[in-house]
Amino acid sequence: MAIKQQKFDPIEDATFQVANKNRGWSQKAREGALKRLSTMGMPSRRDEYWKYTNPTELLTEKLSVSPVVGLEDANIFSELDALKIVFCDGVFNPDLSDDLAAENIIISRLEENGDLHWAKNYYGLLEEKAQRPVSRSLAALNTAIASDGALIHVKGKVEKPIQILGIRNNTAEAILHHVIKVEKDCSITLLESGPFAKRLNSVMEVFLDEGASLEHIRAQGRDHDRLAVTHVFADIKENAKFKSFTLSANGMLTRNECVLTLSGDECAAHVAGASVGDGKSFHHDDTVFITHDAVACESRQVFKKVLRNGATGVFQGKILVKEGAQKTDGYQISQSLLLDEDSQFLAKPELEIYADDVACSHGSTSGAIDEEALFYLCSRGISKNDAADMLTLAFLAEAVEEIENDKIADIIVEKISAWLSRRRN
Amino acid sequence: MLEIKDLRVNLEDENKEILKGVDLSVEAGKVHAIMGPNGSGKSTLSYVLSGKDGYEVVGGSVKLDGLDILEMEPEERAAAGLFLAFQYPVEIPGVGNMTFLRTAVNSQRKARGEDEISATDFLKQVRERAKSLQIDAEMLKRPVNVGFSGGEKKRNEILQMAMLEPRMCILDETDSGLDVDAMKLVAEGVNALRDAGRGFLVITHYQRLLDHIKPDVVHIMANGKIVKTGGPELALEVENNGYSEILSEVA
Ligand SMILES: Nc1ncnc2c1ncn2[C@@H]1O[C@H](COP(=O)(O)OP(=O)(O)O)[C@@H](O)[C@H]1O
Ligand SMILES: [Mg+2]
Repeated sequence: MAIKQQKFDPIEDATFQVANKNRGWSQKAREGALKRLSTMGMPSRRDEYWKYTNPTELLTEKLSVSPVVGLEDANIFSELDALKIVFCDGVFNPDLSDDLAAENIIISRLEENGDLHWAKNYYGLLEEKAQRPVSRSLAALNTAIASDGALIHVKGKVEKPIQILGIRNNTAEAILHHVIKVEKDCSITLLESGPFAKRLNSVMEVFLDEGASLEHIRAQGRDHDRLAVTHVFADIKENAKFKSFTLSANGMLTRNECVLTLSGDECAAHVAGASVGDGKSFHHDDTVFITHDAVACESRQVFKKVLRNGATGVFQGKILVKEGAQKTDGYQISQSLLLDEDSQFLAKPELEIYADDVACSHGSTSGAIDEEALFYLCSRGISKNDAADMLTLAFLAEAVEEIENDKIADIIVEKISAWLSRRRN
Repeated sequence: MLEIKDLRVNLEDENKEILKGVDLSVEAGKVHAIMGPNGSGKSTLSYVLSGKDGYEVVGGSVKLDGLDILEMEPEERAAAGLFLAFQYPVEIPGVGNMTFLRTAVNSQRKARGEDEISATDFLKQVRERAKSLQIDAEMLKRPVNVGFSGGEKKRNEILQMAMLEPRMCILDETDSGLDVDAMKLVAEGVNALRDAGRGFLVITHYQRLLDHIKPDVVHIMANGKIVKTGGPELALEVENNGYSEILSEVA
């Protein structure tokens, strides 16, 4: 009798992991997530929610290890004075990290297995809520088996930006789960960068209390073979402000989901992304789901993608305005700049509105470089390549301008410029 | 300085002949004007000179200081000293006017093997030249031509010309859409640049610009050719009698 090769089953694997390791205070949440996961199953190409992105590569077993990216290379924010929390191969690394003790903020790691932790009541909470109306199995999988993560509790004025930095040495996989809670009227700037792993599954749950604010700036890049699925979940209370910007360059398959609930009156959520991709193997997917569940809230989605040499960009963005969420102001724009005819941009903007006093707008476009503008620049002596780069940066500007901190915005622009000029060589 | 010989140009897409043998020479220090009815090929000539795509040169030659510019890329022509003030300046959202100007100045310097201009010298020059064209600091900060009025766009073209200091300036209907005051401002900007080493080709539909920028030579263009050449009095003839008389005269 032939022995049939057993296919790798992520749920079976997760079941084994959860059963065989007690993770202390987070164990109960992990068991709950595993239960959800078993009911939902893993995503497949047949799911409407994965119509444009094939999840298969995010689910297969064991990846071969690929070249190492060192810390210096990973940290595009190195010129900023930030408090660094470093994860190496998916595990917190105290030697590479800064001293986590700082005023008005409590930072700890997920792998602290005591029975009590402030994050006990928060870990997995938003992920669980976000399983309706669509399943996000990979996020539930993350909650169940995350190897580590940063738990950040902001209780007052924080001097420096906090930076989550990921590097890789030996392991191809990393599953990280971060929980950020910002107390009333407090604020934090959170940077996130690094290759983390060849295949990264990351979840960040953000809880913003009344009047709290978070500016999240993330850079994905410099890792050409990146496979990543990330989820940012946020619950935003009255008068709070959530901002998240992601720069994505290179990589193979990246799915960034952002699921936000505006649950307190007069709060705001801005999410933006600039991605640049080159080559047939580049597939970048931004999936955003914003729920307005309070009065007079504002949400903004600004996504821009530059695609060339057969790259694919995907945008799925939804604004759901619940009954009673009057005076909602929702804005969504997704645009692609296709530098050749082989590249493609697939967009699915959606509005679902159950309130009557609402202003929502969305738009999606795909276009090539404006030849008239290109000629105008060249006629002034600017080389065709430089002119094309200027127009490309100009195209991305609307997304980059969403970053409030000018210094950080400058770094992002510099990185994009460097990427553009590297493509020339 | 600029020598155009029997220049014949087709539209690339339609195989339609637009320039049907243009002969024209502009000497250093001189201002030549081209006048002519709409559709006669004036803008086409200016685009072909500056290297825009979409046209096929099927005959003739163009030399700038003895160099064959038809073989050059637009940016090389610019670095060689050619400048076109566009009839319809393009709006470029997301590119700041100042960044654009500095990049243009430095790109040309680099192409000529010169050092980049220092940030302070550049700022000083821009402020000075912008001021005389009544372009304020706020306009300089805005994206190139975005939200500019017609007059502001034309003044911005002249500012670029003043900053780039080209040897051969082509102005395509820089007067169109300008009121009298704006036209004076633009003319002053052009006149300030007149010198013995610089040539001008001023394309205009009307005579009035030539009251302010006095031409040395006036050409009449019709149906893709220069049909008549004369002194400044030719512009007045157009003003008084219109094009039809001149055209029937040469037909
Ligand atoms: N890109 C183009 N496509 C089609 N026709 C064109 C194009 N450019 C110029 N033409 C035609 O060529 C002729 C000359 O146009 P143009 O050079 O703009 O004249 P002028 O500037 O003297 O008014 C016109 O008949 C115009 O319709
Ligand atoms: Mg014209």
